Amino acid sequence: MGYKIIVLAKQVPDTRNVGPDAMTPEGTVNRAALPAVFNPEDLNALEQALRIKDANPGSTITMLTMGLPKATEVLREGLYRGADAGVLLTDRALGGADTLATSYTLAQGIKKIGDYDIIVCGRQAIDGDTAQVGPQVAEKLGLTQITYTEEVLSVAGKKITAKRHIDGGVETVEGPLPIVITVNGSAAPCRTRNAKLVMKYKNAKPAPEIAALTDEAEKAYYATRPYLAIQQWGAADIDADPAQIGKAGSPTNVKAVKNIVFTAKESKTFTASDNDIDNLMAELIQSNTIG
Amino acid sequence: MANYYTETPELKYHLNHPLMKRIVELKERDYADKDKYDYAPQNFEDAMDNFDRVLDIVGEICGEVIGPNAEGVDHDGPKCENGRVQYAPGTDVNIDATRKAGLMGMAMPRRFGGLNFPIVPYIMAADMVSSADAGFENLWGLQDCAETLYEFGNEDQKMRFLTRVCAGETMSMDLTEPDAGSDLQSVMLKATYDEKENCWRLNGVKRFITNGDADIHLVLARSEEGTHDGRGLSMFIYDKRQGGVDVRRIENKMGIKGSPTCELVYKNAKAELCGDRKLGLIKYVMALMNGARLGIAAQGVGLSQAAYNEALAYAKDRKQFGKAIIEFPAVADLLSTMKAKTDATRAILYETARFVDMYKALDDISKERKLTPEERAEQKKYSKLADSFTPLSKAMGSEFANQNTYDCIQVHGGSGFMKEYKCERIYRDARITSIYEGTTQLQVVAAIRYVTTGAYLTQIEDYEQQISMLAAGQSTPFDILRDKLKDMADKTRMAINQITEAKDQELLDLMARRLVEMCAHTIMGNLLVIDALKAPEMFAKSANVYVRYAEAEVEKHMTFIRKFQAENIADYRQA
Repeated sequence: MGYKIIVLAKQVPDTRNVGPDAMTPEGTVNRAALPAVFNPEDLNALEQALRIKDANPGSTITMLTMGLPKATEVLREGLYRGADAGVLLTDRALGGADTLATSYTLAQGIKKIGDYDIIVCGRQAIDGDTAQVGPQVAEKLGLTQITYTEEVLSVAGKKITAKRHIDGGVETVEGPLPIVITVNGSAAPCRTRNAKLVMKYKNAKPAPEIAALTDEAEKAYYATRPYLAIQQWGAADIDADPAQIGKAGSPTNVKAVKNIVFTAKESKTFTASDNDIDNLMAELIQSNTIG
Repeated sequence: MANYYTETPELKYHLNHPLMKRIVELKERDYADKDKYDYAPQNFEDAMDNFDRVLDIVGEICGEVIGPNAEGVDHDGPKCENGRVQYAPGTDVNIDATRKAGLMGMAMPRRFGGLNFPIVPYIMAADMVSSADAGFENLWGLQDCAETLYEFGNEDQKMRFLTRVCAGETMSMDLTEPDAGSDLQSVMLKATYDEKENCWRLNGVKRFITNGDADIHLVLARSEEGTHDGRGLSMFIYDKRQGGVDVRRIENKMGIKGSPTCELVYKNAKAELCGDRKLGLIKYVMALMNGARLGIAAQGVGLSQAAYNEALAYAKDRKQFGKAIIEFPAVADLLSTMKAKTDATRAILYETARFVDMYKALDDISKERKLTPEERAEQKKYSKLADSFTPLSKAMGSEFANQNTYDCIQVHGGSGFMKEYKCERIYRDARITSIYEGTTQLQVVAAIRYVTTGAYLTQIEDYEQQISMLAAGQSTPFDILRDKLKDMADKTRMAINQITEAKDQELLDLMARRLVEMCAHTIMGNLLVIDALKAPEMFAKSANVYVRYAEAEVEKHMTFIRKFQAENIADYRQA
C-alpha cells in the first residue's frame, strides 16, 4: 500500500565550516559568508522517507520548505533523490519567524497539501539547533509524534514502527498514522542524487517564475514539462492568520549570542510523569534558565 | 564533503575538449531523444551540463562512500559460501550507492534505461572510482560488457539483458581458463547444443574470473567440436537466474582484494549464443578486450592520482630536520614526476577515449543508415586511431601507475611500509594493472605494427601542427619543449628505421617495447604541451617536467638501440 509522505526541509547557512566572518559585528549569523545547504538532519529524514517509499510501492513524497525563493534548491535536491513534488512557502510576511511562527506556517502548508500519512523532518536545523519545529508541527496538527528517530523499521496498514534514540540506548516504538517523525543525524545518511533525476529536474522552478517567462522557446519547453513547475504558496494561499506568522507571530527575541562551553558533568533523569515535570520546571525557573 | 570530481579539475578540462561537440552530436543523433525522454539533453550545452552534473555525483560517491570504504573492503574481502560469492560489507554499500545514483549502464542507449553517455565521461567516472578504490572499479566497470552485448547481441537479448544491467545488475566476462590465459585460442569450455531444450549447454571450468558470481555473464566457449584454435570459439550469455554455474573458490590475491576473482564450474549450464558462431574470440572478445583495456588504462590513471594525492598530503605534513619534507628537492622531484606522469597518462587516456567515441558512434549510426563518404572516412580514421592508441594508453597507464604507487611509498618512507597508510593498498592494487587484460608485453605486440607502419609518427606530426596552430606564429613559454619534442620524434624515427631495415623479426620483437615507449613518450609529451598551451595554470609544470623526463627516456632507448650489434641478440636468448 502506498503512503503519502511529506518531508519538511530547511535551507540553512552551513555552520559546519565556520570562518572568521561567520558572525556579523551585531552578533547575528552572516548569511552571505556561509554557503546555503540542505539542513543535514533533514537529509537523514528524507532518506527515511525514501526508504518507506522503496518498501511501499505507490508511495509519494512531497517536499515542503519555507524560505527565500532560493530555498527552491533544497526542493530540487529532494527531487534529485527521489521525491515526487516540492512546495515552496515564500512570502515577505513569513520572514523573521521563530519556531512558533514557523511551525504554524508549516502546519498551514501541510493542511493545504491535505492528504498525508507521514510527516518526516530532521530533529533540528544547524542554524538554530532548537529541535522545536517538528514537535510543534505535530501539536498544531494534533498528531502523534516520534522524536529522535534512528530508523523507521516498518509501516504497515495504519501503523508505523520506529527505533528511537533515548538516553543510554534505543527503544522501539509504535505509532498510529498520520504521524510526525523527527530524525536524528546519526540515522542512515541520505543517498546521493540520482543521475537521471538530476538531468530530469535540473531546470525545475517555482511556478510563478515559469509563468513570467517571455522567451517563446523557453515557454514551450516548460509547457510540455509540467513536472518542472514547483508549487509556490504565499501567506494568503495557506490561509494563514497574519498575527501568527513572520515577525508578528514570533514571541522570541534574541537578546545576545554568547559562546559558552558546557561544564556540567552529571545528568539527571526525569520521567514523563506530571510530578517530575513540575519539579523540573521549578528547578529551571529557580536557576533562571527559563522565565 | 569530499568530491573527487571537483578536487580533480583536470577532469573537467579534458571533458571540455573541442571534439566533444562532434562526439555528442553523433551520440545523440542530433538530439533526437530530446522530447522522448525527460532526462535527454536539448542541445550540446545541455548535454555537457548533464555530464558535469553526473560526474559531480560520481565524485561525491567516491569521496563519501567508495573511498572511505576502501580500507575496510581490502581488509574484509569477499567470501565464497555454498558456491556463491558474498561481497565484503563495504562492497555491498558501494554497489547500493552506485545503483541508487543510477550509474550502471552509463553508456547504454536510453531505450534500455541507460544514460547514453559517450565513453569520455564514462571513463572519467572509471578514473575517479579507481582513485577511490581500484578493486571496486572492477565490479562497477564490468558494465563495459554491456557494450559488447549491445554491439553483437540481437534486439531481443538487448532488451532482456541490457535493461537489467542499466537497472543495476552486475556482469562478468568469463574468458580465462587454467590452460588459456594470454593465449585464449586454447579455451576448452565446452558448448553443446541441446536439441531437446533448444538451447546451448556449457560444461567445464573457468579460472581467474573477476566478479564470477555476476548476474549476467559473457562466456567464451568452444562450440565447434574437434577444433583447437580461435575459430572454434563462440560467445555465450549465461544468466545466473538459470543456474548451473557454481563458484568453486575465490583467489587470495595480492591486491584489488575487494574484487572477487573466481574459479567457476559450469555444470550443464543453460546459455544462449551471442552473435554468430565461431566469431567469439576473433571478433567479439577482441572488441570486449579493447573496451576493457581502456578501462584498465583509466584504472591506472586513477591509481596514479590516488598515489600522488596521498604522497603530496604526507609530504606537506611530515616534518624532518625542522621542515616539511616536501621542501627537500629529492622529495619534490618524486612528487613532480608523479604528477607529470599522471597528467601524461590522463592526456593519452582521454585522447584515446575520444577516438573510441568517434568511431563507435559512427559504427552505431551505420547500423541505422548508410554513412556518407565523409562519415565513412571519419570512421575509418578514428577506428584506426582508437586501435593504435588503446594499447599505448593501457601499457603506459598501468606502468606509470606501478611507478607512481612505488614512489608514493617512497615519499612515506618507513610509514609507507606499514598498513596504517593507504599507500600500501594502492601499491598492491596497482600491480595487476600491467598484467590483466593483456600484459604490457602483449600491449606492445598490439602496438608494434603502428610503430613500423609509421601510424604513430604521422599522429605525432599532427600534434606538432596542432601546437603550431595554437602558438599562431608567436613565441610561447613552451618553445624549448617543442624543440625537444621534435628531436624526440627524429630519434624515434631513426630508431624505427634502424630496426625495420634490419628485417629481423627476432630483433624487432626484442626492441619492440623500447620503440613503443619512444613513440608513447613523444605522443604524451606533445599532448601535454597542447594542454599547457590551452591551460598553462593547470599543465605548464607537468609539461615541463614530463618532456624533460621523456626526452631522457627516448635518449636512453636510442642509445641502446643505436649501439646494439646484431650478434648481441644471443645474450638475450634463454636456455
